[in-house]
Amino acid sequence: MSACVWGGMDIQFFIELFFGGLTRGSIYALIALGYTLVYGIIGLINFAHGEVYMLGAFTALLVAGVLGVYGFPAGGILVVAALAAVVWCAAYGYTLEKVAYKPLRGAPRLSPLISAIGMSIFLQNYVLLAQTSDFVPFPNLLPPMDFLEYIDYVMGPSDFLILLVSTIAMVSLSLFIRFTRMGKAMRATAQNRKMALLLGINADRIISLTFIIGSALAALGGVLIASHMGQVNFGIGFLAGLKAFTAAVLGGIGSIPGAMVGGLVLGLAESFTTGYFSGNYEDMLAFGILILILVFRPDGILGKATVEKV
Amino acid sequence: MKKKALWCAVLAYCLWATPLFAAETIKIGVAGAHSGDLASYGIPSLNAAKVVIADVNAKGGILGHQLELVSQDDQCKPELATNAATKLISDKVAVVMGHICSGPTKATLPLYTEARMVSMSPSATTPSLTEGGNNPYFFRTIANDKAQARLTSDFILNGLKAKKVAYLHDNGEYGKGFVDGNRLMLEKAGVETVLFEAVTPDAVDFSAVVRKLRRAKPDLLVFGGYQPTASKLLQQMRRDRVTTPMLGPDGLKDDAFIKMAGKDSEGVYTSYPKDTSNLPAWKQALEGHVKMFGSAPGSFYYNAYAAVVALVNAMEKAGSTDTDKIVEALRTCPVETPLGTLTFSKTGDAAGMALSIYQIRDGKFVELEHSITLD
Amino acid sequence: MQRMLRAAFAALWFMILTLPVLGISLNTVEHSVVWRWDRILGLGAGIFALAMLWDWCFARKAAGRPVLPLPGGFGLGFALEALRSRPGLRRCALAVLAVVMLLMPVAGSFYQTNIMISALLYVMLALGLNIVVGLAGQLVLGYVAFYAIGAYAYGLLNQFLGWGFWACLPVGGLLAVLFGFGLGFPVLRLRGDYLAIVTLGFGEIVRLTLQNWTSVTGGPRGISDIPRPGLFGVSMDIAASTTYIYYLVLVAVVITIVVISRLKNSRVGLALQALREDEIACEAMGVDITRVKLSAFALGSCWAGFAGVIFAAKTTYINPSSFTFMESAMILSMVVLGGMGSIVGVVIAAFILILAPEYLRAFSDYRMLLFGAIMVVMMLFRPQGLISGERRRYHISALHGQGGRP
Repeated sequence: MSACVWGGMDIQFFIELFFGGLTRGSIYALIALGYTLVYGIIGLINFAHGEVYMLGAFTALLVAGVLGVYGFPAGGILVVAALAAVVWCAAYGYTLEKVAYKPLRGAPRLSPLISAIGMSIFLQNYVLLAQTSDFVPFPNLLPPMDFLEYIDYVMGPSDFLILLVSTIAMVSLSLFIRFTRMGKAMRATAQNRKMALLLGINADRIISLTFIIGSALAALGGVLIASHMGQVNFGIGFLAGLKAFTAAVLGGIGSIPGAMVGGLVLGLAESFTTGYFSGNYEDMLAFGILILILVFRPDGILGKATVEKV
Repeated sequence: MKKKALWCAVLAYCLWATPLFAAETIKIGVAGAHSGDLASYGIPSLNAAKVVIADVNAKGGILGHQLELVSQDDQCKPELATNAATKLISDKVAVVMGHICSGPTKATLPLYTEARMVSMSPSATTPSLTEGGNNPYFFRTIANDKAQARLTSDFILNGLKAKKVAYLHDNGEYGKGFVDGNRLMLEKAGVETVLFEAVTPDAVDFSAVVRKLRRAKPDLLVFGGYQPTASKLLQQMRRDRVTTPMLGPDGLKDDAFIKMAGKDSEGVYTSYPKDTSNLPAWKQALEGHVKMFGSAPGSFYYNAYAAVVALVNAMEKAGSTDTDKIVEALRTCPVETPLGTLTFSKTGDAAGMALSIYQIRDGKFVELEHSITLD
Repeated sequence: MQRMLRAAFAALWFMILTLPVLGISLNTVEHSVVWRWDRILGLGAGIFALAMLWDWCFARKAAGRPVLPLPGGFGLGFALEALRSRPGLRRCALAVLAVVMLLMPVAGSFYQTNIMISALLYVMLALGLNIVVGLAGQLVLGYVAFYAIGAYAYGLLNQFLGWGFWACLPVGGLLAVLFGFGLGFPVLRLRGDYLAIVTLGFGEIVRLTLQNWTSVTGGPRGISDIPRPGLFGVSMDIAASTTYIYYLVLVAVVITIVVISRLKNSRVGLALQALREDEIACEAMGVDITRVKLSAFALGSCWAGFAGVIFAAKTTYINPSSFTFMESAMILSMVVLGGMGSIVGVVIAAFILILAPEYLRAFSDYRMLLFGAIMVVMMLFRPQGLISGERRRYHISALHGQGGRP
C-alpha cells in the first residue's frame, strides 16, 4: 500500500494536503478563538463551547428549514440562517455565562470547570430531546462558484467560504481588540481585572461581551462546518471542541493570534499525517504534538513566557 | 341446581376477574444506546418496539396479557450494558430486544445465558456472537459480518471484477469487521489492497484522506461504518471529483443515506436482505412509525421491528413465556416480518433471510442479481 | 413585585432563546414546519417558577445562609460535626454502615449488587484521583488512562499468558504506577491548566493506542471472555461470583480508605498538601518537589490500576469505548463535588454520581439532562463540594507538653 502512496516528493499532492489542512485549521482556529478569549479574561476552560458550536449548526439548520418551507428565495437563506445562528448563539453564550459561570467568580478554581462540564452534558441532551438523535442533512445552500474552476481539485466552494469567512472574522476580531474602546477594555481586563475595575471598566460587561463574541464565532464555525460536511447531530460539538481547545493551547492559550496559528498548525499537521502516514494516527498525532509542545514550550507557540514572581 | 349456580358464579367471577389478570403485563425489555453519541442507532429500535407493542396491545395483547415496554439505556458501553442487563433480569422481563452494539452484546450474553433469557439483537453483527454455540438464547435479525463479506467479496470479484481496492473504516467494531472480512477474502483471491485506513467519524473535514484516495486510484472503495460517516465521506469525495464507486455494509441501505448524500449517492453498492419493501409487514412498519413519530424511521428500524415481531410471535406460538418454548418457537415457527419470512437457525442467525446487492440508481435502491440465502 | 418582574423577564428571555431548537420541528416527510408553542409556553412557565426560586436562593446565599439545607448544608454538616466530635457515635454509625454494606448482596437483588460494585469501583477511582487532585492539587484530566491500563493488563495477560486474576491484580497496579511515573517525569515542570491539558492528551493517546493496535489489543473488537476472579478453584455461578466480587471490591475500598487516611497525615501526605497550597513556598521549605510530585502520580495511578483489573473481571469484556474522556470528567466531578481532599465527601459523591443515573432510569429520557443540571446547580450553591476537606489542627499547647492532640 505504502509504495504508491508515498511516491517521493510530489508537489501536487503536497499542495492538496496543504489546502485540506488549511480548511480544517481555519475551523479549529475559529472555534479556538472562543476558548482563548474566555481563558484570557477569566482563566476558565469553557468546556461547553463545543456545544455552542453545535447549537449554531442546529439553529441555522432549523431557520433555513423554516425559510425554505415558507418559500424564501434560496440565495438569501444561507445569509439569514447564518445571521440567526450568530445572534442566537451569542444569546446562548451570554446566558451560559450568567447562569453557570458568573455566580462562581471567586469560587475554587475547579468549580467553574465542573459547572462547564455539567453544562456541556446538559446542552447536548437538550438538543437530543428537543430535536432528534439522528444525523440531520444540512441543505446545500452555497451558490456555485465558477471562479474556482481552475483550482477545484484543492478547493471547493465550501472550503473557499470557510477560508474567506474565518480570515475576515479573525482580522476584524484582531482590529476590534486592538483599536476599539471595548477591545482595549478587554485587553485591560485580561491583564489585570482588579486594575481594570479601578480604572472604571465594567468587568462584568466585558466578560459578557467576551462570551458573546466567542459564541458568535463558534456559531459561524458551526454553520460553515455544517454546510461543508452536509449534516449535523447533537454530538458534533465534542470532538471539534476538544480539537479546537488543543489548537488554542498549542498557539498559547489566551493569545488571539496564537489561536489562529495553533488552529492552522494543528489542521496542517493532521492533514499531512493522514496524507503521508495513515488516518489511524491523525488524532493520536494531534494529542502527541500537544504534549510535546507543552512539555518543551509550555506557553504555546505564541504565548508569552510567564515568569513567576514570589 | 345449587352446584350449577355455584359454577356459574365461579365462571362469572373468572370472567370479571380476567381483566385483573390481564393487568399483569408481559414485559419486553429493550436495551441499547438511548443517549450518548451512539443514540441515533439505538433510538430507532426503541421506536420500533414502541410501535409494535402499541399495535399488539391495541389488538388485545397476547396470551390474554398486555405487553409492557421496559427500556434500558446502555449508551453502547459494556459496563453500563451489564447494569442494564441485570436490571432487566431483576425486572423479570420475558424477552429482551437488544443490545444494539456488538461490544455490549458480548458483555451481556453471559448474564442472559445464566438467567436463561432470550435476547435478540437487531444490529450486532460480530460473527463470534453466534459461533460456537455458547449463547443458546441469543438471536439476531441481521446478517453477520462473515455472511455479508461472503456476498460482497463475491460481488466485487465476479460482478465488478475489481483489481485494486481501497478500504476505509470508522474504527468501530461494525465497520472494521466488515472491511476486515472483505479484505481477507479479496486478498486471498489476488485483489490488490491500495489503501487501508481509518477515518474519524466526527472529524470536521475529510479532505486529506479523500486526496490520498484519489492518488491511490482504486477501482472500488469498500467502506465500513455507518450511514452518516459514509455520506459525509462520499460528498467530499464527489466534490473533489473522486469518482471511485463505493460499496458498503447494510448500515448504508437506508433512505436517510440517499437523502443525506443527495445525488452523490448515485451508484453506491450496499448489501442488504432481499428487497421486501412491497411486503405488507414492511408497509405496516413504516406507517406505524410515521403515525407515531411523524417522521421516517432511522437506522436498523426494520431489523428491530422484525426482532420484536418475531419475539412476540414466538411467545404467542409457544403459548407461554417459558424460555425453552420460546426458543423452540423461534426455531420452528416462521414469522412474517418486514425483512421477509424468518425462522432462526440453531446458532441464532436468521435463516431464510436472503442477502442481495443493491445499487442506488435515480435516488432509489435497486436490487441487483447477486444474492445469497442464509442458512 | 420586583422579583416577579425579574422572573417574568427571565421567562421571556428563555422563551426567545429556546425558540429555534425547542420550538421548531421540521417534518421532513411532509416538508412542513410544526411550531411547538406548547413546549415554549410550558418552558416559560417553568422558567418563571425557577427564576423565583433562583432569586430566593441567591438572596439566601448573599445573606450567608445555607442554600441547600438538605444534602450539603447543616443536615449533613451537623451530623458530621456530631460524628467528628463524638467517637462513640462515630463507632456506632460505622458499625451500622458496615452491617448494611455487608448484608447488601444478601438483602438486595442481583441488580443492586451489580450496580453497587460499579459504585464501589468508582469510589476507588475517585479516592485515587483525590490524592492527585485533592491532596496534591495537580489537575489531571486523563485519569481514566490508568484505569484502562489496569483493565487491559488483566485482559491481555490472561489472553496471551493465561494469568489469573490474583496474579494480575498487583501487576495491573504496578503497570499503572509505571505509566504514572512515565507521565509524571515530563510534566514535572508544568502546572495548573497546562498540566490538565497534557494529561488530557495522554488519556486520549492511551485510548487511541488501544483502539488502533489491533494485533495486540483487539482494537475496537476489545477482549472478551475474561474470567471472573477465582476462589481456590471453587466454581461459582454468576450470581455467586458477583457477590464474591462485591465483597472483594468492598475490601479493596476499605483498604483504600484506610491507606489514604493514613497517608493524609503522613510525611508524604503533608508534603502533598503543602504542594497544593503553594508550590514555591513548599520548595522553599525544603520539600523535594520532584519526589513529591512523582509520588503523587504514582500513588494516584496505582488505585486506578487496581480498579481497572477488578473492572475487567467484573464485566468480562472490555473495549476502548469504556475509557473515554467523559469517564475522566466523571471521576473528576466526583472529587470536586465531594469536596477536594475530603475522603467522606468523595465517597458520598461517587455514590451519588453513579447511583443517581441508575435510579433515575425511571426518567430514562431525561436523566442525562438532569445529571448535567445537577452538576451545575451543585457547583453554584456549594462550590466547595459536599464536605470540605478537613485539616488536622495543631494545638500550640502540645509544644509546652500540655498533652494536646498531636
